Order: sequence, then C-alpha cells, then structure tokens
Amino acid sequence: MSDKKLKTVFKEGAISSEFIGEAIAKHQTKTSIGAHNIFLGQVRADVINGKTVSAIEYTAYEDMANQKFHEIREVAFEKFELTCMHIYHSLGVVKAGEICLFVFVSSPRRKVVFDALEFIVEEIKANVPVFGKEIFEDDTHQWKKNT
Amino acid sequence: MKITVKYFGMIAEITQCDEEIIDFSGSMMSEFLKIVHSKYPELKNKDFQIAQNQELVALKTSVTGQELALLPPFAGG
Repeated sequence: MSDKKLKTVFKEGAISSEFIGEAIAKHQTKTSIGAHNIFLGQVRADVINGKTVSAIEYTAYEDMANQKFHEIREVAFEKFELTCMHIYHSLGVVKAGEICLFVFVSSPRRKVVFDALEFIVEEIKANVPVFGKEIFEDDTHQWKKNT
Repeated sequence: MKITVKYFGMIAEITQCDEEIIDFSGSMMSEFLKIVHSKYPELKNKDFQIAQNQELVALKTSVTGQELALLPPFAGG
C-alpha cells in the first residue's frame, strides 16, 4: 500500500457543470497533454412499477471507499500513460438529471484516455462501496444495484 | 472479542442502526454470520458482502478484525 495522501473524492450533493468546466480550464497550463476524456454519471428518472425516480441519495463506507479509489488511481497510473486523473463522486441527494460521478483523465495521446477511462469507471462500479437509495416522486424508495 | 460492526444502505435500514459492538467468541466469519442472522432474521433473504478491516472476505476467513462491515450491493456511479 502506498503512503501517498488519499485524495478527496466525495462531494456533498450534485457535481455542477461549473465545477466540471473549471476542472477542464485548470489543465490548460499542462501543455504536454494532448487528450482528455471525461465520464459523467447522471441520475436517471427510471420508471419502476409505474413510479418515477426523482433522486438518488448516496451513502458510502467512506474509509473503505477512499482506500479503493486510491487503489484504482494507483493501478490506473501504472497501467496507462496518464498525465493526470481526477475522480469526484456525490454523497447525499442528487436529483434526476444531475451529475453524480465525474471522472477526468488526461494523457499526451488519445487512445490511452479511451482505455483508461473505461477501466476506471468499471472499477469504481464493481469495487467501491457506495450505496444508492432511489427516491420516488411519492417519497417511497428502493435500493439501487449496479448492473 | 468485541467487534465493531458497521451497517450500510438497506442493511442499516433492517438493523435500524449504522454501527454496534458485537461480542464474538467464535473464530470463523461463517459463525459470525450466524450471530448476525439470529439477531436480524430478515437479513437471511438479503444480498450482502462482509468486509473485514475494509477488505472483502469470504465466509471461510478467520475473524481477526476490530471492524466488520456488512455491505449491500454497490451502486456507485
């Protein structure tokens, strides 16, 4: 295990487009980068048994989740030629249509960022203990499972 | 030994607490699971994994940890 400081991944509430825009702008000084790739997870207004999802409330086993995010980050840097990578995941209530996951990878070359981004997002979905409570418009709920 | 047990998501909804201390005198995770099931019979029908000191473990693992967590299916992203 690396003793590098764990990065902050979790953010309270939705991830705004302003935040995403600023994250892109901050990379303009890093002129060795030739390609960025971005994944945005958005809350879907699924209709389940006639009821519409209005929001998802995210909770996490935060200590373990931060450790897992850190491991994913370390493996991604080892596997792919990345200049930088950032992961942000929401906690708390995120309404349908809002962004709950923002993964941002950068590299000198485009092919690297396609492969790296898919690897990172799939690892997050499979291995990070985040839980989602799908809240319906009538305030009832069900627990979401990744598919 | 006294073990801090953490509950999340739908599991916490059933146990009606996020965390508790369970006194455990066995050795295997499978024995620990029996205690959990007898305390919360509703969990027998639920899908969850167990993490010991923040690592997922199998039922044939020895209980060594100070902290166990019952984790329902992940839904990140």
